Amino acid sequence: MSGASPTLPTRRQFLRRMAGGIVVYFSLWDLIGAQEGIEKPAGARPERRDLPRDFNAFIRIGEDGKVTGFTGKIEMGQGPSTVLAQMLADELDAPYDAVELVMGDTDLCPYDQGTWGSNTVRFFGPALRAAGAEARGVLLQLASEQLGVPVERLQAKDGVITDRDNPSVRVGYGALAKGRRIERTLKIIPSIKEFSRFSLMGKQVPRKDSLAKVTGQAKYSADIRLPGMLYARILRPTAHGATLKSLDTAQAEAIRGIRVVRVGDVVAVLHELPDVAEQAVQAIRAEFDAKESALDGKTIYAHLLSKAPEGRIVASGGDIAEGQARSSRRFENTYLNAYVAHVAMETHAALADVRGGKATVWASTQNPFGARDEIADALGFAPEKVRVIVPFVGGAFGGKAMNAQAVEAARLSKEAGCPVQVMFSRQEEFFYDWFRPAALVKVSSGIGPDGRMTFWDYNEYYAGGRGSEQFYSVPNHRTRVHVTDLRGPPGGHPFPTGAWRGPGNSANTFARESQIDVMAAAAGVDPLEFRLRNLSDSRMARVLRTAADAFGWRPAAAPSRRGYGVACASDAGTYVATMAEVDVAADGSVAVKRVLCVQDMGVVMNPTGARLQMEGGIMMGLGYALSEEVSFSGGRVLDENFDTYKIPGFSWMPKIETLFVDNNQLAPQGGGEPAVIVMGAVIANAIFDATGVRMLELPMTADRVKAARA
Amino acid sequence: MSDSVSFSVNGVAVHLDVDGDRRLLWALRTELGLTGTKYSCGEGHCGACTVLVDGKPVRSCQKRVRDLKGREVTTIEGLETDGRLHPVQEAFIEADALQCGYCTPGMVMEAVGLLRSEPNPSAERILHAMEHNLCRCGAHPRIVSAVAAAAAAMRGGAG
Repeated sequence: MSGASPTLPTRRQFLRRMAGGIVVYFSLWDLIGAQEGIEKPAGARPERRDLPRDFNAFIRIGEDGKVTGFTGKIEMGQGPSTVLAQMLADELDAPYDAVELVMGDTDLCPYDQGTWGSNTVRFFGPALRAAGAEARGVLLQLASEQLGVPVERLQAKDGVITDRDNPSVRVGYGALAKGRRIERTLKIIPSIKEFSRFSLMGKQVPRKDSLAKVTGQAKYSADIRLPGMLYARILRPTAHGATLKSLDTAQAEAIRGIRVVRVGDVVAVLHELPDVAEQAVQAIRAEFDAKESALDGKTIYAHLLSKAPEGRIVASGGDIAEGQARSSRRFENTYLNAYVAHVAMETHAALADVRGGKATVWASTQNPFGARDEIADALGFAPEKVRVIVPFVGGAFGGKAMNAQAVEAARLSKEAGCPVQVMFSRQEEFFYDWFRPAALVKVSSGIGPDGRMTFWDYNEYYAGGRGSEQFYSVPNHRTRVHVTDLRGPPGGHPFPTGAWRGPGNSANTFARESQIDVMAAAAGVDPLEFRLRNLSDSRMARVLRTAADAFGWRPAAAPSRRGYGVACASDAGTYVATMAEVDVAADGSVAVKRVLCVQDMGVVMNPTGARLQMEGGIMMGLGYALSEEVSFSGGRVLDENFDTYKIPGFSWMPKIETLFVDNNQLAPQGGGEPAVIVMGAVIANAIFDATGVRMLELPMTADRVKAARA
Repeated sequence: MSDSVSFSVNGVAVHLDVDGDRRLLWALRTELGLTGTKYSCGEGHCGACTVLVDGKPVRSCQKRVRDLKGREVTTIEGLETDGRLHPVQEAFIEADALQCGYCTPGMVMEAVGLLRSEPNPSAERILHAMEHNLCRCGAHPRIVSAVAAAAAAMRGGAG
């Protein structure tokens, strides 16, 4: 038996293969404009390319009739390899099975900014569809010439073009592409299909990646094997900010076959077996100087506030003082959110082969082109000399946009002169994660005698601005965002922080939707009714009403002792409303029995895929709501594995229901993140309904709930 | 330090001359080239590395090679028979019981082991048996459905 070796073509082989066929190049930026708010996580590097004159992707129809889409997007589980193929096949009127994507290869695929922000279907999708429509137009034209039939009389279906008047006159896409080399660059948007003409979009299709994933054939970065490769383990500091004081590698070097390599500040052991490399790194004697720090999960919030910048007002209207004067009740709360880890099941991994002035690196990253540039910088190579290939990624959630492991593998490979794999241990994964930042939100608000909101004064600290702008109808309001950069200001966080699924929005939604419930309870009004009374956004009201009908929500002021909660939000263009039912035990532990999630996400391109994201968001959201909190002491990360850092498991599983509000007039909106962001608030509100206790700090552990009830 | 260990992997006789303290996970992934079995926690908490030893689910990151003498190891790559997927694999595809797929081999192996010992598990029993296999994408509801569907298919099948 031997390990699988990668079989992707080299650029030369690839270009030769490309000799025939029809190719349509397109630029996301030309088609939708870069101004559409495509976000990138904090810490992402600036682009080096002149994007508007470049293209972001292309499709090719080969002489065998196969359609290939080339994109810098990557597959980390959320299903772009399926839904993009579905969209492309539909616009092309090609069979779904004939369409495949080549993803995340910096040599084969044009530049892409990164796979994040629920952007793939929403922003990349329309451009890909337009390219499919353009290619279809080219094929119809070619068929018309070949068959001697006017285009208007031709019909394209399942990769075959037929004369409507004489169905025996037909030609397949492969035959049309044969012996030709036609290149088009998409400049204007051809008309893409109306919803009523969808044949594959909006329908159930088999996932492209299922078979490989259930048979163990799916390759992730750590599964790539090259002849002569070595496995690296790297000496890690004991704390962030610690410096190496003394080093003795003699015992490690005594292990047979071990090479100790130092490149700059990286001290690594290399071996042909990863577990022997692990033994060797344990045998290194090293002392580190770590700065003492009083920061921990309790003191962090006061520290963060002391370092917070003034920020800026992102939304305002009316006059806060006037609103305060008109209030019959006023409420002031501070909502706290702990550091949360990404904990993808696949730890960061990379295999680098740096020889002869060129680098090829397989890496688990959301950001292949960013990784390429980081590696090029570290090696002193031109970016064109670095090829990053992203196989399947085993989960990311915002945590795989930094590429330290790929850079380390490349530096070690260059030094060692052979391919080197770096795969983080789970301990390293916790240590080097860029956590969801600990965050505070201070909300001051009021209501009048009529149960309507009079003012809303909102201050966000460290969460990030996404989701901070409230959508309720409040005459006097002000939203100030103090920290937009998820990394925080210098001297803020004791370790790196960054984007975590739905960045900013889970903390902002926790604060906003909790505060809404605080006011509803004080007014003695059912929390759903209170929301509807204070909403002028009919789209949100419809989502809430749909949820209430499906849940069987019967109005009652909280605490009704039923343990029901509601929360709503918008993210990535999608509106979401979630209802939950909880049981709170005497020891404070919370069992979530039922969760219903309703989304208005415009046209739903792949209903099963969208439901999977909703179910996944609900399950993941249970964690930051109830248990997940990174333990630390200054720069030391105390959680090292799943024994102390608890993520949701099967026994946590509530009854989950997912529903869509039909909104086929609206283009597809984001689906990867909306369902996760409401989970903190909906459970907090349900706990209040069950117990009359308002939880202001996430996660709502049994100890915290018990203490709050005492 | 080198031990001589003979066992079978996916029905093929294997002979390793290795340090017997080495863990099965790394022998599978390196010497034997079977990368379907995944590393995720290395301490037996997460189940990503689950394989069958004599038909029972085992955490390969914890299993010493020395203890495998004469045993039969089955990995995710060895589940197909005569080119046909195992009913659990079929059910995972049918139920879309996966996202990133990294925990999937361990989930499938755990479920196959469960159904060997308990052909008709209740939903509660499935939750309990799978509890220590972790999934971060949140495919749990569909995994439970897939295991139940596979159980039904296997009971209804000729075998």
